[in-house]
Amino acid sequence: MPDVKQLTDLTHTQAKELGISKFDLYGSITDSNSVRVYQGEPKQIKASQRASVIVRVWNQDQQVGVATTTDLTESGLQTALQTARDASNFGIRENAPDFSPEAQAPLGDFVEEVAPQAPVGILIERLLEAEKELLSAHPAIADVPHNGLSQSDVERFYINSDGASRAQSNSYSMVYLYAKAEEPGRKPRESGAYKIGRSLESLDIAGCLQEAAEKVVSHLNYARVTSGKYPVVFSPEAFLNIVGAFANIWNAQNILDNQSLSTAESLGQAIASPLLSLCDDPRHPANLGADVFDEEGTPTRRIDIIKQGVLNSFLHSSVTAKRLGATPTGNGNIGAKVSVSPHFYHIYPSTPPSSTLSLEKAENVILIDDLHALHAGVKSLQGSFSLPFDGWLLKGGERVSVESATIAGDFRELLKTITYIDAQVKETPNGVSPHVWVESLAITGN
Amino acid sequence: MPPLTLLRSQELPHLTYAATPERFDETWAAPLATLMGLGRAAGADLVEFFLERTNYINCLAEDDTITSITPSLTIGAGVRIFKGKADCYVSTNDLSFTGLKKILEKALSILGLSLPTGSAFIPEINLELFRDYADRKQKDFWLGQTSPMAEIGQVLLAANADIATKAKHIQSRRAAYFRDWQEVLVAASDGVFARDIRLTQSVGYSLLCTDGDHRASINKRVGDTGNPQFLQNWAYQADADEVSESAGQMLYADYVESGNYPVVMANSFGGVIFHEACGHLLETSQIETNSTPFIDKKGQQIAHENLTAWDEGLSDQEFGTIDMDDEGMPPQRTLLIERGILKNFIVDRAGWIRTGHPRTGSGRRQNYTFPAASRMRNTYIAPGDYSLDQIFTSIDKGIYCKKMGGGSVDGIGRFNFGVDEAYLIENGKITKPLKGATLIGDAQEIMNKISMCSQDLALAPGFCGSISGSIYVTVGQPHLKVDGITVGGR
Repeated sequence: MPDVKQLTDLTHTQAKELGISKFDLYGSITDSNSVRVYQGEPKQIKASQRASVIVRVWNQDQQVGVATTTDLTESGLQTALQTARDASNFGIRENAPDFSPEAQAPLGDFVEEVAPQAPVGILIERLLEAEKELLSAHPAIADVPHNGLSQSDVERFYINSDGASRAQSNSYSMVYLYAKAEEPGRKPRESGAYKIGRSLESLDIAGCLQEAAEKVVSHLNYARVTSGKYPVVFSPEAFLNIVGAFANIWNAQNILDNQSLSTAESLGQAIASPLLSLCDDPRHPANLGADVFDEEGTPTRRIDIIKQGVLNSFLHSSVTAKRLGATPTGNGNIGAKVSVSPHFYHIYPSTPPSSTLSLEKAENVILIDDLHALHAGVKSLQGSFSLPFDGWLLKGGERVSVESATIAGDFRELLKTITYIDAQVKETPNGVSPHVWVESLAITGN
Repeated sequence: MPPLTLLRSQELPHLTYAATPERFDETWAAPLATLMGLGRAAGADLVEFFLERTNYINCLAEDDTITSITPSLTIGAGVRIFKGKADCYVSTNDLSFTGLKKILEKALSILGLSLPTGSAFIPEINLELFRDYADRKQKDFWLGQTSPMAEIGQVLLAANADIATKAKHIQSRRAAYFRDWQEVLVAASDGVFARDIRLTQSVGYSLLCTDGDHRASINKRVGDTGNPQFLQNWAYQADADEVSESAGQMLYADYVESGNYPVVMANSFGGVIFHEACGHLLETSQIETNSTPFIDKKGQQIAHENLTAWDEGLSDQEFGTIDMDDEGMPPQRTLLIERGILKNFIVDRAGWIRTGHPRTGSGRRQNYTFPAASRMRNTYIAPGDYSLDQIFTSIDKGIYCKKMGGGSVDGIGRFNFGVDEAYLIENGKITKPLKGATLIGDAQEIMNKISMCSQDLALAPGFCGSISGSIYVTVGQPHLKVDGITVGGR
């Protein structure tokens, strides 16, 4: 497997031989191991070392062609460059992409944290221990059918023919534990948790185990919920998920493509309750997979998307920034058509709440723990959602697990009818968010 | 004296293998057989290599412009080692002998095994006669016969121009195409040695219409395996008619009122109900982890007596059709349920080893980075005896789910599907359009509520994601009635 320096040198050499004067390349090399166990035995063990690059080539008419390859031999890279050059004949002429104007801008301070990988045997040992402990955490916990422990080293890089050269290495480890709990004469219940850490040693397996056990046991006391409108509290994880599903609202490429609930003129509009602020914060300390540059080489940074309920900024690539007269925000993904995506949401109350709402005192409120089937139940271009969920009905100081139900509504209306945002935020692998209270949404019980 | 035909491991560094680099053919037998022999000599019970090369392209037309063409070339391999019921899988992009030996070594070490020392003899691996499905069916010419980039662009632009003349209140119109050409070679120490070429193509529309606060987004996709002329033959005019009509209906539709209703599900992609509510739960990968309520129900009634269902990989050019699975086994036509009785599970090699259920040629994977797992192919409910009229007139008030979106099922049998286009049924007649519906329920309960199946079986392409990645499948069914199902809405 060639290293980044070798790949860089090889690409420059190949491009020169092919008469390609303008190109860029983004790639990654990943070395990972993962294990799953079942009932005291290893179930599946995987290891891989993979590399992939995407090259863009500009022809003399400034049209761009791309090609992706995993064949990083001399001939493989040559084929990719040639294919990209051929594809450039079909590239767009209007609003064609160019190098990011920030591809050589300083990246700011950052720390590369690469931890040595533990032997696979240790992964198996730790996961078997976790399974055993989870099974003994409560007599009703019958099984841990879905589990996994993995570790990965990722090296990503960006170069272009103007001399830009970026590289970043990271490692991380992940554990997920999903348990099934059963009581005689009752339906089985399933729930779990997952954690990410920099290395196996720093991974909070015990915390994951405790959270998984508490959650699945809390769902044993289940009952049907009467269909109707309820005040709803979203857990941090659930709120991050639903926010992510409607990201077209602040995605500049979606807006330019007319594939958004917003338009270019939406900036400055109140789209949410003034209680809500939301930023994309890739360099947040809780973001272990933080990218310090995007796939165009642009440095990443914190972007205030919603401030006190007002749509403050879109997320941009260099292409959308140029078209909309803005600054690239470091959210570009390289491709034949550069796309835009967020890194790490940070949701927080705009101002500390003047009074406190408590889940313990909530009456007839639905607490949403997890949302499911977002790929099927979200109509992101219509603003609507209808999703099955795991959660509880909060009543008289008690939590009764909802047996099987859906939550439905309009996301834009949801944002505007936020009634309370907890001061305390939770750091999750997917972002940072507090519990968010919404006036009412439709709940359908099974 | 040991027979001279047996290879001593100390000779390995001096061996050269001249396997054809641009093609998987019989020249790969020698290096792979040697490596598998090494693996067996190290103590593995079974060693399997999966080699893959792909040539993929996707193209997007937005309004009247081609905005994206992305070719992608990949090459990779994986080795799977079984020791008893345990297994491990290691993958790489390096298909040289050294690269493949490296992943073999890593896989062996994961299972606590190591390559034999210098003087050990490596057993001979007797591979079967090379089964080359690509050669048998002359697939080696396919790639050159598919639409070149210029033609792809022309067809998509023509399709987008056509829908612009038909739909109203268009905010955005897109036509997208992909072609996935894949060459695979499977070699295993039990003798499997087989090659295939797969050509999967898909094209479709995404239409977004808006009128003030009213919005409708409708998608339609068609797909094919094995026809290089697929895109040239795409009847986009008919699809444009259909998508425009659906968008028009849904633009001003009311949101569905939630509740429990009898439901008629349309044929074709309506088959996603069986795929999610039952199909996944019949895969041995679920049995292995006790994640299916049907684990011990073979031979028992699990569905309504009017329900019969199949999973097969044989139908001509359907999206889930294969000439061999990703473990080198020819596919079968597997009867899953017959008149409500569970007959068979969907079984790959690991599932057979661990559960004892017979293999069905269902070992599939997205690509070389995954070990194969038991997955569906073309899965459908068989046609029944009822007419459409009988089904609709049996319902006083219900929902007609004309177009389904995707869905999922969890490990305790709770399923869900989104509905993209629905209508109210009143006194046996289809009345007003409805949107925003999600169907939820319990797999065991729903299978007993499918009480009427019509005669108009139709199939539709789909993409299924599970433990061995995203694969191409077909779902299907005739129009059918579900006696009662929870419809989530506002």
